[in-house]
Amino acid sequence: MSGVFSPTRANIKERTLRTDKWWLEPAITFGVLFSFVIYATFRAFEGANYYKDHLISPFYSPCLSEACVPEATIFGWTPVSAQIFNFALSPALIILIFPLGFRMTCYYYRKAYYRAFWLSPPACAVAEPHTKYTGETRAPLILQNAHRWFFYAGLVFNVFLTYDAIISFKSVEGEWGHMSVGTVVLLVSSTLLWFYSLSCHTCRHTIGGRLKHFSAHPVRYKLWTWVSALNHKHQQFAWYSLAGVAFADIYVRQVATGAWTNFYFF
Amino acid sequence: MARKLNLRIWRGDSTDGGLKDVQVDVNEGEVVLDVIHRVQATQMGDLAVRWNCKAGKCGSCSMEINGKPRLACMTQVASFDENETITITPLRAFPIIKDLVADVSFNYKKAMEIPAYEPPKNLAPGEARMEQIDVERSQEFRKCIECFLCQNTCHVIRDHEENKKSFAGPRFFIRIAELDMHPLDILKNRKRTAQEEHGLGMCNITKCCTEVCPEHIRITDNAIIPMKERVVDIKYDPARMFAGLLKREKRN
Amino acid sequence: MTSSVTLERHKYDVLIIGAGGAGLRAAVEAREAGLSVAIICKSLFGKAHTVMAEGGAAASMGNVNDNDSWMVHFRDTMRGGKFLNHYRMAELHAKEAPDRIWELEMWGALFDRTKEGKISQRNFGGHEYPRLAHVGDRTGLEIIRTMQQKIVQLQQKDGREFGDMEAKIKVFAECTITEILKENGKISGAYGYWRETGAEVLFEAPAVVIATGGVGKTFKITSNSWEGTGDGHALALKAGANLVDMEFLQFHPTGMVWPPSVRGILVTESVRGEGGILTNSEGERFMFKYIPDVFKDKYADNEAEADRWYEDQDNNRRPPELLPRDEVARAINSEVKAGRGTEHGGVFLDVSKRIPAEVIKKRLPSMWHQFYELAGVDITKEAMEVGPTCHYVMGGVEVDPDSAAAIGVPGLFAAGEVAGGMHGSNRLGGNSLTDLLVFGRRAGAGAAEYVKNNGANPVSDAAIKSAADRIEAPFSRAGGENSYSLHAELQEVTHNLVGIIRTRVELEKAIEMIADIRARSKNVAVSGGRKFNPGFHLAFDLDNMLLVAESTAKSALLREESRGGHTRDDFPGMNPKWRQLNQIASFDGDKVNIKSQALPAIRKELFDLFDIHELEKYMTPEEIAKGGSN
Ligand SMILES: Cc1cc2nc3c(=O)[nH]c(=O)nc-3n(C[C@H](O)[C@H](O)[C@H](O)COP(=O)(O)OP(=O)(O)OC[C@H]3O[C@@H](n4cnc5c(N)ncnc54)[C@H](O)[C@@H]3O)c2cc1C
Ligand code: SF4
Ligand code: SF4
Ligand code: FES
Ligand code: FES
Repeated sequence: MSGVFSPTRANIKERTLRTDKWWLEPAITFGVLFSFVIYATFRAFEGANYYKDHLISPFYSPCLSEACVPEATIFGWTPVSAQIFNFALSPALIILIFPLGFRMTCYYYRKAYYRAFWLSPPACAVAEPHTKYTGETRAPLILQNAHRWFFYAGLVFNVFLTYDAIISFKSVEGEWGHMSVGTVVLLVSSTLLWFYSLSCHTCRHTIGGRLKHFSAHPVRYKLWTWVSALNHKHQQFAWYSLAGVAFADIYVRQVATGAWTNFYFF
Repeated sequence: MARKLNLRIWRGDSTDGGLKDVQVDVNEGEVVLDVIHRVQATQMGDLAVRWNCKAGKCGSCSMEINGKPRLACMTQVASFDENETITITPLRAFPIIKDLVADVSFNYKKAMEIPAYEPPKNLAPGEARMEQIDVERSQEFRKCIECFLCQNTCHVIRDHEENKKSFAGPRFFIRIAELDMHPLDILKNRKRTAQEEHGLGMCNITKCCTEVCPEHIRITDNAIIPMKERVVDIKYDPARMFAGLLKREKRN
Repeated sequence: MTSSVTLERHKYDVLIIGAGGAGLRAAVEAREAGLSVAIICKSLFGKAHTVMAEGGAAASMGNVNDNDSWMVHFRDTMRGGKFLNHYRMAELHAKEAPDRIWELEMWGALFDRTKEGKISQRNFGGHEYPRLAHVGDRTGLEIIRTMQQKIVQLQQKDGREFGDMEAKIKVFAECTITEILKENGKISGAYGYWRETGAEVLFEAPAVVIATGGVGKTFKITSNSWEGTGDGHALALKAGANLVDMEFLQFHPTGMVWPPSVRGILVTESVRGEGGILTNSEGERFMFKYIPDVFKDKYADNEAEADRWYEDQDNNRRPPELLPRDEVARAINSEVKAGRGTEHGGVFLDVSKRIPAEVIKKRLPSMWHQFYELAGVDITKEAMEVGPTCHYVMGGVEVDPDSAAAIGVPGLFAAGEVAGGMHGSNRLGGNSLTDLLVFGRRAGAGAAEYVKNNGANPVSDAAIKSAADRIEAPFSRAGGENSYSLHAELQEVTHNLVGIIRTRVELEKAIEMIADIRARSKNVAVSGGRKFNPGFHLAFDLDNMLLVAESTAKSALLREESRGGHTRDDFPGMNPKWRQLNQIASFDGDKVNIKSQALPAIRKELFDLFDIHELEKYMTPEEIAKGGSN
């Protein structure tokens, strides 16, 4: 017997004596994340309905594969072949690793899924079911330290998705200066992504957190205080931006399949 | 206005023990420590409990109240439902001594393992100059009242006795962070030893330490994650790896 | 009963009883002098009273106002103590305090900073200039933690040298000392029990430093924790030392009054230092009515000037809220008695009008927290209700100022709150924390010096046996008195009869009642076993509190004047004749005896630091004519 049931500890049979609904938060997290993963997997493999009239789904941007519909590519740039070992790859699968890796190694999501999926621990002061635990000290979890790499990649992606939002200021005919509901959806989703990235712990560290003497770097200190304020809300940005991306994709898909019409304001 | 309150208090020692039901008077505005004292003075003269300041300043009265690690002197009885039975147990991550008193010596051992502050060699007393913005981060960690609630809640040791030897725990991660961010500390290898000797990597940032800290120290966000990032700087940073800087920074 | 064969024994050069600021500073000094040191404390390491000190530590570093100097600090201290202080202690304290603070910084303390990056200093009652080094309102925590960590540093050094971190300095936490042992008239060690197991333990050491803090638990309403039971006072008395000026107790003017369970818990003076004002239930800022003559030229007599002082301290007199604590406590007491108190018997203290909410939360974070969580009051929006609480004992072991050696007992030293003399009849806020450091260090050095000159002094079996018998006694009695109820009775007596305002009749009655409780306490029986048994612990603490209460009541009866922390309704006003006398308490094994003893005359160059007109308010014409001693 280990943990709270070790022979030296106070003899209490219950795994936890908490009387509140401690299981609610991990249950919700589990539900939401699980649904997202199912939907994202389906969409990643679908390989269609990701582009319509200057609206591109964030799941498929940047579209780098030869399989991409030409309008969705960046000036026709398709460095990646459509097939690898005779296996047709959806354009989403090529790039998915970056946003996925970014979120998987995010300090906040780590907390969320370690609790909700791994039950390590399910909630505070609730005994976890595992008998062994080594944390993030060895493979594979030591790879969490690669978060910084994904953070940089994430910034590049944010640039692409912001570019997509700008493109959506075109009319169906390709004329600039128009705006539709789709424009708003892409703008909101890319803005939330910027907030998510800027509030990232790695961002906070690189921008100033790593300094020993703030007073010697007044500008970085100022930036650090701003990023710290955003960082305070990182959890919220993580969920909002996830919802933003998911909704942007749903919206584009609905428009692409013709289920919804993209309404133009002007 | 006194009313009756139902309590379940864990009584026993390392050989055996269990929850005992008691009924006790409670007055307006009282905290859990008050009713424990009333039980002690009227019904169980030998009920063991630690406390000192009764104002959330000393960190002595740590225990688990309805399963949550808390300070008994800062837990209002009124925060529970009137007819709710309140369950009070000792800290469950540490060996039991008696009743509500646990053996927290683990923490004092760990404190002795963290390398002490090292001031610059040629600095005379009174000559130190530090800007407020440079000391603020460390000051947050120095608010710690050593209640060890964070240590008690951390699943790394709460649920895995065997990890105790290789894990310093959140209280001491903030101590390491405090020193690493101290504007005058000159000891160079705190980041590396944090990872390699004090078990920083064992923490999976699930934030229970932050949730229970009565001083509201943002342990995970302001100390553990920044320390993990500092470790990444010297051990896993892509830019630095490619630039071959890693070797030079090894000494840090 | 523990037989002497199985008895746990430890041998050290210096034994330090108490792990507050004074004890820890003494330990560092003794260890750095090369000696082996044991530190013993009743609570866990780092939980001593010192941790609760909020406002700050007074030292004339002159970082905020460079007019400050040790001379000004010395003057303020003597004034605050109404010239009953041992001048030499006040002098050493004022001179050495800055070095002690700077030294803490070298050990890793992080005080709040000024713009130039120096240690920031704040205003406090009775201090002419901003003088209190502080960290928010948790200065005591910073000091105790720094010293705790300094001790770890010494242990790490010993670890590298001897292969065992605890080879030369070890903390024995949750261990209570019940007796100081002597052989051949000199200190030989101390005897006590482990709180955890109830097992007995013997420490052999030729020098003992008492640093056990205060006596607040003798009173009903107090800011002190359960530890403040005057153990050191009683241990010293029983070991043959004297207590000086035990009648002087500081009632801090601002303790919480509501809800009842937090009654007495301190509201730091910094609330007033930062601009908090006191009003009665009629909304009147009443302190202007209570400025005593001796302070008329230093304190503003109108609101406009008092308010201006916060901006311009050189050209305005300070607000009367910042008068010494005894004055403010008495003023509040009078307002409440006159029916102008709040619903719960206090007065209002308000910072919300003057300071913006964010600033309050930044400068007084733990006060905000304390009121919000314990009383449901948001001090950034509403006033607090406050009233006097027993806070500090000025009286204590009579010591030699330079070495902190207890008079009359070779090998015994005392420092910190348990030592007497330094603060005279009233302590200024912030002077205690530096007192701990200055005299803690001196006690450590004094003990080291003594051990080097004297060597070991083995404990005899007879001494062990009698100490052991005392511990066993309450267990062998059946159906005797309950220590909890006797304690409550004692607190009732002290609160009602030996409190802020005293009279001869009441004091005489108190002495009688204390003697009665003491007689009954000989019959205390304890239920349950020895293992972590608070009832058993209290039985011993009670004995100590009774001796303290007896000393206080008897000294108070003799002193027929009102001064600082001692107010006699039947003798209002100071009497210069009494200023020349200390009350010395000693114990004859049965009861406490008091004798008056002449105060050492102040040295000439210190005498000359004062304005003659000021001294005339305190001293007799003959004393003034003499102009101090040489
Ligand atoms: C709430 C509060 C706020 C304060 N604020 C300030 C302030 O702002 N500025 C200021 O200067 N002063 C302040 N003071 C006063 C100051 O904190 C104390 O006077 C000072 O801390 C006393 O320190 P000490 O080292 O003498 O003893 P303490 O810190 O009281 O320590 C006593 C030690 O002795 C041990 N001990 C006692 N009896 C025994 C025994 N029988 N056996 C073994 N060990 C024993 C205890 O366990 C403890 O470790 C404040 C006090 C309180 C209560
Ligand atoms: S965040 Fe890390 S240190 Fe804190 S409780 Fe969780 S695992 Fe432990
Ligand atoms: S960090 Fe917080 S929870 Fe942990 S010991 Fe310190 S005060 Fe307690
Ligand atoms: S993205 Fe969440 S911490 Fe970096
Ligand atoms: S008694 Fe000090 S924190 Fe509760």
